[in-house]
Amino acid sequence: MTSAPTIWAITRRSLVKDLRLEWRSKDAINSMLFFALLVVVIFSFGFDPTAEESRKIAGGLLWVAILFATVVALNQTWTRELRNQVLDAYRLSPAPPQALFLAKTIGNFIFVSVLEVLMVPLFVVFYNLRSVGPWWQLLVVALLATWALVVNGTFFAALSIRTRSREIMLPLILFPISIPALLAMVDATTSILTGDNSPIFWIRLLSVYDLVFTAVSLILFEPVLNAE
Amino acid sequence: MTDTTQPAVSIRDVVRHFGRFAALRGITADFAPGRLYVLLGENGAGKSTLLRIIAGLLAPSRGTVSVLGSEDIRSVATRFGYMGHAPLLYDEMSALENLEYFAALYGINDRVRCEEAIRTVGLDPALQRRVGQYSQGMRQRISLARAIVHGPELLFLDEPFSNVDVRSAKQMTTLLAHMREQGTTIFVVTHQAALMEPVADECIVLDAGRLVAREQGIPARLLTPYLAAERAALQSTAVRTEALPADLEAKP
Repeated sequence: MTSAPTIWAITRRSLVKDLRLEWRSKDAINSMLFFALLVVVIFSFGFDPTAEESRKIAGGLLWVAILFATVVALNQTWTRELRNQVLDAYRLSPAPPQALFLAKTIGNFIFVSVLEVLMVPLFVVFYNLRSVGPWWQLLVVALLATWALVVNGTFFAALSIRTRSREIMLPLILFPISIPALLAMVDATTSILTGDNSPIFWIRLLSVYDLVFTAVSLILFEPVLNAE
Repeated sequence: MTDTTQPAVSIRDVVRHFGRFAALRGITADFAPGRLYVLLGENGAGKSTLLRIIAGLLAPSRGTVSVLGSEDIRSVATRFGYMGHAPLLYDEMSALENLEYFAALYGINDRVRCEEAIRTVGLDPALQRRVGQYSQGMRQRISLARAIVHGPELLFLDEPFSNVDVRSAKQMTTLLAHMREQGTTIFVVTHQAALMEPVADECIVLDAGRLVAREQGIPARLLTPYLAAERAALQSTAVRTEALPADLEAKP
């Protein structure tokens, strides 16, 4: 006879398992990095901006590149749970569904953060960037914006796993719902890079967006996991 | 502990549709605890669908299912195990890593217990190879280990012997008989009825989504249609492994 495990214990276990699987397969990281690198290089060929113009457009380019690359990782997130129908083994267990969602979201947050750490220096070099505003605000925006992308993305990727063309379906449902977050992250980043405006409003908007979508995703995840 | 006064599984008028196709058409049955049931039937008869509904993986379109006295199957999730068609294992992890993860989902953080489960199905827990590199038969056995690692009172096995060699299948059958002796209620969906014949308490026959027969043991008249194909399959395996078991060799 066994007892139901706690949400935190299962979240930690599932996260370690996902990191281990990713370390061994490199499915998400490799495809994300390759895709993001291509976007940066193509953008740099497409534009030849001055330093001032770079500061104005870099926020948009950076977050669009990260958004596209994130979708690549999000598609991988649940694909490995469908192989061998492993997701059924989780559904059969007494483990709380929310633990699986949290583990996947934190895992994606780590993968996308690794991508950002590698991509931002490339952007700085390609676009000759230098922040006018305080750099720590960029760090706050990066954390909030990354969470906004992955919390929504992980939820909608779970929602689309049983659809026939899930790789198309995910961006179709994720992009429209991410518009407020994308607007906030781009404007906050641009405000900090140019120093023209205060990014506080956009940071607050991102915080509220994160809170609302984290709560809604946690509440709705169980029926999504058990949908047939 | 299992309550011996109430059915382990109780099914009432269960119907399941997939679009316009009726996979199950009004099945009603009670299954007493501590017995080994074998579900027989042609492909598409509804055996796997019934097992998935009892395990809570599928919802019935109509009717009710009660498992270990509860209609909320999730509330008794710690008390049953399920082995599906697919192995339900991560290919990139070793057998022990897989079992440690799935045991943790049941609140079990005990490596020794996981190693013991792997030994129980006849494999070596020290094997470092990833499950993706295992033979199909080894995967089936690890899948069985995953299903029993938390010590379930009720066990659902969907085609546990597919791609398993004769010797391993016999070992698995012996293990199931031992578990039944310990009080575990076991449901086995299989096309290899002869393997289960020595240990089956009851067989349930489904046809086109209906329960058409329920018999003690597996009577010869039910066994015969399966034997020709099964015998041929077993013989082709036996050529590579060993002679057919004597009890099967003697059958018509």
